[in-house]
Amino acid sequence: MEDEVFDVIVVGGGVAGCVTAYQLARAGRSVALLERGAVPGSKNLSGGVFYWRVLQEVFPDFLESAPIERRITRNCLSLLNESSCVTVDYWDARLAEPVNAVSVLRARLDAWLAEQCEEAGVAVLSGVRVDGLLRHGDSVVGVRADDEELAARVVILADGVNSFLARDAGIRAMEPTKHLAVGIKSVLGIPAQRLEERFGLAEGEGTAYAVVGDCTQGVAGGGFLYTNSDSISVGVVLRLDDLAASGRSASDIHDHFLSHPVISRLVAGGTLLEYGSHLTIEAGPQVASQDLTRPGLMLVGDAAGFTLNTGFTIRGMDLAAASGIAAARAADAALTDGDYSQQSIDRYRAELAATFVGRDLKTYAKAPAFFENQSIYREAGLLAADIMHGIYDLDTSPRAHLRDVVRRAVSGSDLGWRQLAGLVLGGMRSL
Amino acid sequence: MNDLGSIAERLAANAYAVDEGHAHIEVNQEVVQRTGSGPLLVRVCPAHVYSQGEGGRIEVAWAGCLECGTCLAVAPDGALTWHYPRGGFGISFRSG
Repeated sequence: MEDEVFDVIVVGGGVAGCVTAYQLARAGRSVALLERGAVPGSKNLSGGVFYWRVLQEVFPDFLESAPIERRITRNCLSLLNESSCVTVDYWDARLAEPVNAVSVLRARLDAWLAEQCEEAGVAVLSGVRVDGLLRHGDSVVGVRADDEELAARVVILADGVNSFLARDAGIRAMEPTKHLAVGIKSVLGIPAQRLEERFGLAEGEGTAYAVVGDCTQGVAGGGFLYTNSDSISVGVVLRLDDLAASGRSASDIHDHFLSHPVISRLVAGGTLLEYGSHLTIEAGPQVASQDLTRPGLMLVGDAAGFTLNTGFTIRGMDLAAASGIAAARAADAALTDGDYSQQSIDRYRAELAATFVGRDLKTYAKAPAFFENQSIYREAGLLAADIMHGIYDLDTSPRAHLRDVVRRAVSGSDLGWRQLAGLVLGGMRSL
Repeated sequence: MNDLGSIAERLAANAYAVDEGHAHIEVNQEVVQRTGSGPLLVRVCPAHVYSQGEGGRIEVAWAGCLECGTCLAVAPDGALTWHYPRGGFGISFRSG
C-alpha cells in the first residue's frame, strides 16, 4: 500500500466524512476513509435529530434503507422551572409528508453510511488513528498513522470537534471555552408501543423536546429528549465557560434534569442502555468563519465548526452532510485539473457559500451572542409560568384581561419591561 | 426518577476496549497544583475520570474516558497531555 497514492484520504467516519468519501467514490475517484474507532460510528455521538433532506440527492432511498429511529412530527419547546413548565407543543402532519427530521443513533447510522461507502468502492480502514499530516512544502500530501505513511492528492479532515489534526497543522487554535459545550446523554430503553402511548405517537413517528431553564440549573445550555424506535435519548448540553464558572458538577446537572418531575415521568421505567458524552460547538458561525482550507486540505463537518443552535433546532449532521457534498465537488474538480493549490482547493469555499451551510451560518451569526443572555436560563421561564398561572389560577378574585395579567407578571418578574423587550427583539432578530 | 446507578455503574454498562498499559491521559501535577485546577477537572468530566487523592494529587481513571475532550478544553495550558486512544481502543458506543 505504501506506494499507492489515493486521490483522496478522508479522516473520520462520521456523517461528513462518509458523505464526502461516498460522493468521491461515486465520481470514480480512489478514496480511503480512515476511522479510529474499531468500527465506524463507535466514537460518534449526537443528540440525535437529523434534518436529513440534504441527503436526498446522495441516498434517494435513505428513509427506507438507513437505520433511522423515528420520523419527528412533534416538536416541543419547554421553558422549565423548578416546579413549573411551559411548553409549546407543535405537531404537524406536514412534517411527515415529506419527512423533515428523523431521530438517529450514530453507532447505527454511521455504520450504515460506511457500508454504503464500501459498496461504492471506498477503502474503509477502521481502527486506524491518524497521528499527523504529511506535507510537501505548503501542501498536504497525505497522512501518518501508526508509523505508516499514506499518500493522497487531497486530504479531507472530518475528524470531529476536537480535530487534533487541524490544530497540529496550525489551521485551528484551541477554541475558547465559551465556543464549546459538553453534551451528556443517556439512552434509556423503553418498548416501542409504550413509547408511542406515552408520547401520543403514531407508529414510527417521534417527538423532539428542546428544554431551557432549570434543566441546567442556570448554566447556559439546555436539555433535550428525543424518542428513538424503542429508546429515549435524553440529556443536557452545557456551555463550558458557564459550567466552569458555576462550580457545579456536569454529571449532577445531567442527573438533576432526568430527575425533574416533568422529565422523570417521560423517561420512567427506562433501562439505561448507554451513558455517553461529546463536545459540541456552541458558536458555530464564529468557529466556522476561520480557515477551512490549505493546499491539498479541506475541513468538513464538526472539524470545520459547522453547527447551529437556533434555540428551536439544534443542527450539525445536516451541515456536516452538506459540507461533505461541497467538499467532494471541489475535490473532484481539483483532481480533474490536477491542481491542489490554495486557489484550486478554495473552490470548496465557493461551493459552501452557495449552499444553505454558508447562508445559514450567516443568518444565525448573532445567535450565540443572544444565548449569552443569562435571563434565558431562569427569569424567562419563571415569567412565562407566572403569566400562565395568572390565567389558570381561579382563586375567586375578579378576573383581569390578559393585558393586565401580563403586566402584573412582568412587574413581579426580575425581568423588567426593558429587558424583556430586548430579549424578545433580540430573539426575533438573531434566531 | 429512574435509578441510573452511580457513574461507575453506568460506565460498566458501556463497551470499552481498554488499551492496557497505554494511558491516553497524563496529568502534570505541578501545573494542576499551581493553577488550582484539580477540582475543575474533577467536576467537569461527565465520566468522573478525575479524582483528588492524597495531598491534592489528581488521579486519572482513564479507562472509563468517553473521549469528549471537555477536560482538555477547560484545563490550563500544560496541565494535561491528552490524545485519543490508539486506533480501535477506548469507548465503543453502541448507541451513540
